[in-house]
Amino acid sequence: MEGQYSEKVMEHFKNPRNVGEIPDASGVGNVGNPVCGDIMRLYIKVDDKEVITDAKFKTFGCGAAIATSSMVTELIKGKTIQEALKVSNHAVAEALGGLPKIKMHCSVLAEQALRGAIDDYMAKKKAQGPNSKG
Amino acid sequence: MRKVYLDNNATTRMREEALEAMLPYYKEIYGNASSVHEFGRTARIAIDGARKKVADLLGTSSVEEVFFTSGGTEADNFAIKGVAHALKAKGDHIITSAIEHHAVLNTCKFLEKEGYKVTYVKVGKDALVDLDELKKAITPKTILITIMYANNEVGTIEPIEEIGKIAKEKGVYFHTDAVQAVAKLPFEARNLNVDLLSMSGHKIYGPKGIGALYIRKGTKITQLFHGGHHEMGKRAGTENVAGIVGLGKAAELARKELGEENRKLKELRDYLYKGIVSKIQDVRLNGHPEKRLPNTLNVGFKYLEGESIVLNLDMEGIAVSTGSACTSGSLEPSHVLTAMGVDPAETQGSIRFSLGRDNTKEDMDYVLGVLGPIIKRLREMSPLYDGRKQT
Repeated sequence: MEGQYSEKVMEHFKNPRNVGEIPDASGVGNVGNPVCGDIMRLYIKVDDKEVITDAKFKTFGCGAAIATSSMVTELIKGKTIQEALKVSNHAVAEALGGLPKIKMHCSVLAEQALRGAIDDYMAKKKAQGPNSKG
Repeated sequence: MRKVYLDNNATTRMREEALEAMLPYYKEIYGNASSVHEFGRTARIAIDGARKKVADLLGTSSVEEVFFTSGGTEADNFAIKGVAHALKAKGDHIITSAIEHHAVLNTCKFLEKEGYKVTYVKVGKDALVDLDELKKAITPKTILITIMYANNEVGTIEPIEEIGKIAKEKGVYFHTDAVQAVAKLPFEARNLNVDLLSMSGHKIYGPKGIGALYIRKGTKITQLFHGGHHEMGKRAGTENVAGIVGLGKAAELARKELGEENRKLKELRDYLYKGIVSKIQDVRLNGHPEKRLPNTLNVGFKYLEGESIVLNLDMEGIAVSTGSACTSGSLEPSHVLTAMGVDPAETQGSIRFSLGRDNTKEDMDYVLGVLGPIIKRLREMSPLYDGRKQT
């Protein structure tokens, strides 16, 4: 079945979870470019206990790109920042019942978008100082 | 659910008449056409009859100019490698275009590894081959020009007659991959200054696994397959009799119906395009607006990636493709759209609708009904669209 999507991928592609934006996001991650065919933008909302209370995405890309975006937002909701940092591209792919080899880079993009959003959150927190609630 | 097949440039549904004609050759008429006994002679007669029908469709009065192959890819390989090897002593230079099918492009790349030199002539934004550049590329070492008749992805029809004239003046062989043009465009090979022309059975409502190469009488060519004396000594291998018969039947009917069929397809295609433009913003037509196959419509949907559109349409029972089916397993943007100078971001969201004889106006209305909401939903998901709305 090389090159074919799993049922889980198709399910997330058909009904992607958490599509949209978070206007007052705690962190935003942007990865990819249109030339390579995928762009992901991942938003996270983090509370003062460092728990990710909400995550949303916008993605330009193939079925796998949309499904991995959807899955990564599902995986990190409710997790702390420290836990979310452990979510790897393999975990995303695995949760989707696997990805075709040629599409594994989509899961890498999802991981990078997540790291980007967390980095952005950390940078903002640092800039605002230790007493700010962000 | 309604099923609408709009991927006829990838392959077509074999017509009932072709299948009916083939069946006896899978059952009672099983002789080897090279055998002298009656079993063999019956098969030989069937092959001869089919060859005549294909010759008529291609526009040659000589059946000895039609050679059956396993399909379009073999015909392209046979033509290009065959001429390159036969004319090795004369020269080592081949001219082709940047938008050829991979059966031609990768054959040329293979020959480059063998030491041949290949020029890939540029195309304009409408995918027409640049004739000035083509002329300038010809050197005393040029042995073959190979340019497709019509492009499979965007449908642009190349100036084959002009290229034929140029080739003839310079004394260079001219091959055209006419896989998409046969049965869609009226032409006669004898009037084209074409030395070699490839065609495929399954693109004209015939069976898969069969095609033909037209080789003008006197053309020097080395065979690809060595073995028996089949196909006038040029293509060894026991004939695929049923396939040949099916191809013959498809060719006979295509010739009869060509004019009427294409008027209908063009009307449906233009109806579909008008509908798309009236319902959806930020779309572009890829390919030449007029010099285009009557059944082909390639549309770019800005801010989107093609596969997500293909999958969504598939869920609604509609079969389309991004560019060519052969490359949809790759991550590279279409080499055709790239060669046409389409913005890299926009090559991603291009969809090919290729119509066929089964399609109806109701099919087009169904597609128009579901396409709008799909594009809207995907654009709402796209960060590029979002960027546009803000600026």
